[in-house]
Amino acid sequence: MASSVSVLLFGITRDLTGQSKVVVPLSEHTRVIDLLSRLHQDYPALAGIKSLLVAVNGEYAEQDQLIGYNDEIALIPPVSGG
Amino acid sequence: MISITTDPIDVAAALKSIESEQAGAIDLFLGVVRDNTQERSVNRLEYEAYDRMAINEMEKIADQAHQRWPILRYTIIHRKGTLQIGEIAVLIGVATAHRADAFEACRYIIDTIKKTVPIWKKEVFMDGEEWVNAHP
Repeated sequence: MASSVSVLLFGITRDLTGQSKVVVPLSEHTRVIDLLSRLHQDYPALAGIKSLLVAVNGEYAEQDQLIGYNDEIALIPPVSGG
Repeated sequence: MISITTDPIDVAAALKSIESEQAGAIDLFLGVVRDNTQERSVNRLEYEAYDRMAINEMEKIADQAHQRWPILRYTIIHRKGTLQIGEIAVLIGVATAHRADAFEACRYIIDTIKKTVPIWKKEVFMDGEEWVNAHP
């Protein structure tokens, strides 16, 4: 079944895409790394960021982690709090 | 204990929240907005947070600090939104029996926050703006 997942964007990723949330198509086998390459295809400007991590349900995710359509996904550009 | 707020940080209230009769030391760290970066004049900072995850990551840091040092009470408050020069962006408070533990735990917490917690700041200059650490 075709489905999709929303990806939350913050900081520079929101500025570069002009959106605070984007929708990415999802298959049963979509992993974090697949999501990242899809986003890089759709938004080439993301390549200008030093590093880009993905959070799944509020936790840093590994590249090979599978993504489910119910997951809360967020792109995490280099942090700069404090 | 741990919070993210758009309101100005109340240092006296934060201090009061970690008072303990067993404490011989209370360390307070305040991160404040500086008027320059790399010789460029800063007008203001804009902070943004992924609140849910930021709280989660700060809880992990507090847990790690508790495992390493005998912390009696602590507080972590991070501001978000637009901050002017001189305003407090972050407050860490740690109460321990002895001062060495308070200093070390406080430093560990702020240093680790800067590495792992999903909070971002944008420096706004007179002639432009830039997300800190974002570019190669």
